[in-house]
Amino acid sequence: MKAEGIQAASWLLIALPLAGAAILLLGGKRTDKWGHLLGVTMSVASFAVGAAMFVQMLGYEAEERRRTLHLWDFIDVGSFKVGMDLLVDPLSISFVLLITGVGSLIHIYSIGYMAEDPERRRFFAYLNLFVAAMLLLVLGENFLVMFLGWEGVGLASYLLIGFWQYKPTAATAAKKAFVVNRVGDMGLIIAIALMFATFGTVDYGSILGTGAEHAGLASKLSTGTATAIGLLLLLGACGKSAQLPLQSWLLDAMEGPTPVSALIHAATMVTAGVYLIVRSGPIFEMSDTAQLVVTIVGAATLLFGAIIGCGKDDIKKALAGSTMSQIGYMHLAAGLGRAGYVFAIAHLIAHGFFKAGLFLGAGSVMHGMKDDVNMRHYGALRSVMVLTYGTFGLGYLAIIGFPGLSGWFTKDGIIEVAFDKGGTSGAILGSCALIGAGITAYYMSRVMFMTFFGEKRWSEDVHPHESPAVMTWPLILLAVGSVFAGGFLVLGGFGDFIEPVVGAPEHAHEFKPLAVPGIATFVLMIIGVAIAWRQYGARKVPREAPKGSFVTVAARKDLYGDALNESLLMRPGQWLTRLAVWFDGRGVDGAVNGTAAGIGGTSGRFRRVQTGFARSYALSMFVGAALVVATLLVVNVS
Amino acid sequence: MSDFPWLSVLIALPLVGAVLLSVIPRERETLVKQFALGVSLVVAALTGVMAAGFDPDGARFQYDEKYWWIKEFGVHWALGVDGVALVLILLSVILVPLVMLASWTQDDRSGGVDVPAKRSVKTYFALLLSLEAAMIGVFAATDVFLFYVFFEAMLIPVYFIIGYYGGAQRSYAAVKFLLYSLFGGLLMLVAVIWLYPLSSKPTSEGGLGRGTFMFDELSRMNIDPTTAKWLFLGFFIAFAIKAPMVPVHTWLPDAAQQSPPGALVLIVGVLDKVGTYGMLRFCLELFPGASKWATPVVLGFAVLSIIYGAVLAIGQVDLKRLIAYTSVSHFGFIVLGIFAMTSQGQSGSALYMVNHGFSTGALFLVIGFMIVRRRSAKISDYGGVQKAAPVLAGTFLVAGLSGLSLPGMSTFVSEFLVIVGTFDRYKWAGALAVSGVVLAAIYILWMYQRTMGGPKAPAVEGMKDLNAREKWAVAPIIAIIIAMGVFPQPVLNVINPSVKETLVRVEKQDPAPDITGNVAENGARP
Repeated sequence: MKAEGIQAASWLLIALPLAGAAILLLGGKRTDKWGHLLGVTMSVASFAVGAAMFVQMLGYEAEERRRTLHLWDFIDVGSFKVGMDLLVDPLSISFVLLITGVGSLIHIYSIGYMAEDPERRRFFAYLNLFVAAMLLLVLGENFLVMFLGWEGVGLASYLLIGFWQYKPTAATAAKKAFVVNRVGDMGLIIAIALMFATFGTVDYGSILGTGAEHAGLASKLSTGTATAIGLLLLLGACGKSAQLPLQSWLLDAMEGPTPVSALIHAATMVTAGVYLIVRSGPIFEMSDTAQLVVTIVGAATLLFGAIIGCGKDDIKKALAGSTMSQIGYMHLAAGLGRAGYVFAIAHLIAHGFFKAGLFLGAGSVMHGMKDDVNMRHYGALRSVMVLTYGTFGLGYLAIIGFPGLSGWFTKDGIIEVAFDKGGTSGAILGSCALIGAGITAYYMSRVMFMTFFGEKRWSEDVHPHESPAVMTWPLILLAVGSVFAGGFLVLGGFGDFIEPVVGAPEHAHEFKPLAVPGIATFVLMIIGVAIAWRQYGARKVPREAPKGSFVTVAARKDLYGDALNESLLMRPGQWLTRLAVWFDGRGVDGAVNGTAAGIGGTSGRFRRVQTGFARSYALSMFVGAALVVATLLVVNVS
Repeated sequence: MSDFPWLSVLIALPLVGAVLLSVIPRERETLVKQFALGVSLVVAALTGVMAAGFDPDGARFQYDEKYWWIKEFGVHWALGVDGVALVLILLSVILVPLVMLASWTQDDRSGGVDVPAKRSVKTYFALLLSLEAAMIGVFAATDVFLFYVFFEAMLIPVYFIIGYYGGAQRSYAAVKFLLYSLFGGLLMLVAVIWLYPLSSKPTSEGGLGRGTFMFDELSRMNIDPTTAKWLFLGFFIAFAIKAPMVPVHTWLPDAAQQSPPGALVLIVGVLDKVGTYGMLRFCLELFPGASKWATPVVLGFAVLSIIYGAVLAIGQVDLKRLIAYTSVSHFGFIVLGIFAMTSQGQSGSALYMVNHGFSTGALFLVIGFMIVRRRSAKISDYGGVQKAAPVLAGTFLVAGLSGLSLPGMSTFVSEFLVIVGTFDRYKWAGALAVSGVVLAAIYILWMYQRTMGGPKAPAVEGMKDLNAREKWAVAPIIAIIIAMGVFPQPVLNVINPSVKETLVRVEKQDPAPDITGNVAENGARP
């Protein structure tokens, strides 16, 4: 159905922050004074539009909530017709609210965090650009418009990771993120091409169907093609969401300013892969193989990221490992099909709140600690940064799944549906998720204890202090979300809300916190916290990192992901490049130069006889003319 | 209005301008430049008016003119534009004034590199105007012989621009450029002349009954397959050199390195397009059978160009050479789309020609601005420019992003269409070509990082940011790149009908979508 009312203006969602970015970038220094305010205004305005659209949607019957808006014909060549079309439905509106809501809070926080930066205006321009692109990603009604947003957020991520370009590490990290993402994009581009070759269209409506019964063209897919499209989409998802094997960029991405890490590399952009898989559910449902691979990638990454999180002393990198791990949970759930979609998205939203809160909390700590990120230099901050401690603490309890808080509802849900899958694969996936929960409790407690508990370990010239109100208010609001979002979603009928889009599971999942998986998760969580307390709470934390076991060493080195990339791809690539450059100069060009020298004398003579140019040119033309005449004569005779 | 000889006037105008330039006294440099710029602006405006009157759904060739030129050999002065030719002419006439604007100072023209003596300003701008005339002519010619004449005529101004105004190795580069081009040109000449006796044959033998070089008549001939293959090769090799495809690409990096940045915009942005334009127009339509015969090999070389060009671009240490190699990669995409023989592939390629012209144009212009400041094109001589000249860096980044076909930029639309159109029929070629997407990210972003990122190098300390003239030279291109990235359809509407004609001529239809998973090689629509 066509969008009406305020939903017919859903383009405003994107246009507002885009206009903000354009004004701030083109306006240059003239906008320095009020640039940050414009950025915040645009983001908040976008949220207001989104909220109004949401209210309007609630007024519709469940089956009438899918609304589309055709803006203009984007590409129309032969049978390839793609419109600049937007889709407003319960799934996309959930993302809209998350992106603009959390996004606005992070915009506000950045006013304080970036206050000292001479380029704050440019920072807000990029943040606005990101919000616009991310909204386009989730609002696109076809795979191509989605891809526009997909690459747009990649660009914003590149610009923001490399915001401090003058730091070589930041410049390198930005480039790495973009290139690794492009490897994933290869999959996405081929997937779109394959979908066009298969369906003759790339529209969601035609391919995925418009109702919960998923009666689109995808339901007619052969298993082979469904597997191919599914795996190609997954490759794209792995790039954007930092899942194995394309995970390596996320840890380096922490070079960006902390609000960026919170918004892009925790709450929103990195979850785009989950969105893609849930949105393309009808395709994945046609291939057990594709779904199984999604769950395997998710399970492997959730452990991988959690282990990395255990070894990092850099507070942001510990949180980045955690993000990787939590998104692994979401992928695991998304791979479980209709049973898991609701939990994947619910966890995604809850995670958006508590991880954004944790990152901003970390930023607040860094703000008070002269931008030191090493947790070994922290300690006992709970008394000097009370608000940060309190909000960070709530986020911490939410992520480890403390009963009653967000993570408990959503993550336990994922663990349960993984076990529900049944069979060997269900048991293995469930166990991975379960163990992951224990490790999560461990590494997050480690962060908590090293930062806020124990003795103070900072040096004399550092004077930790609480951040200004413009930074703490967003923390407080995010903490509220960390506490309540999960319960609100799981108990408040979020499943019923998005099931018209993603499809209802065969057996409705009952929330049973006192079943075996729930209790096991709780026990493992307690064990994780206890070990962390023994190592980092009860004992003195050395300012210098001890050598550590081989697991710790490996975790510090990101489990050798970079080493692998370097030896398998980068080095051979450099070698190949050098070889190609050599070959092009000697082999290909050598042969040609030889010929040239044969015609015009030695190549040395070329350089010497400058005045001979006209002569040699005339000679060539003469030869040419002679050939013309000769050919004409020969041809005429015949 | 339809009787007005638009195209002849558009060709004559810059030539007259070039002649009039010689009347202006040598020492009145500013007047010379202003006059040349004025002429090019008038040409651009007139072309705009002409383009506005073009009816995409009308006859294939519009604004056509036909006069006898050499009656004895059946040669006509025949002009006319279809959608593809029109957009390429538009590309040319938009770029010329911007290039002039970017060639305003002695440093701009010499690229900051020491030249033995101050070269004549007058000659430089006269050469640019002559080149413009030849470029319009080559795209507008509907007589194959006339096309050939313009094809060769383009060489002359370029040869002198590189040879007189280029860098230290300009002689070598100019001669190399000339030898390559002449070699290809001669092959094509033989093929062109061969067409005359073929068309003289009676219709019963596949000829036309009278000798002619008119394109639309020649394309109705039935040439015997063996002859057609030879003729195809004659044309194709000439075009492959011009385009340039691996392995006949090596003239381009040298020419690029030695050429003044402004002229380079026209050489890579427009001149080289004649190669791919020729493939689409002449190879496919005059020799459809031979084109299909050659398709697998051509696709192979196209994919090779995409990957090889991109890998070499990564390995370059000179900015201009780097962009030259990226163009080799991009030309691979264009050729791929043309020979994929699908409407998406060919429309994508035609659009790619335009978009690549603007995209590389922007890159070379900005690189020119950098060279004027730093007096070097070596990447290692830069670093941290972003801190010193943020607008310059930002412009460079936007131009670079269009070079890596970022969605939202015009280049994405064309590259994506080529990939989709190729994949539809040739899965392997389409999938291999996609690797260019990753390589492009590496060569562009690494180049940006090494020049603009990192700590400020001592040599770029105090580097001036873009001045108003430089901004005006590059801003229109960037505006076009973004506008056409979001609204490509108006241009596609002009291109599509021409491509349709080409596909009808080669008797190819787009493969029908196949949900069963077995896409037929030549699946016709049900």
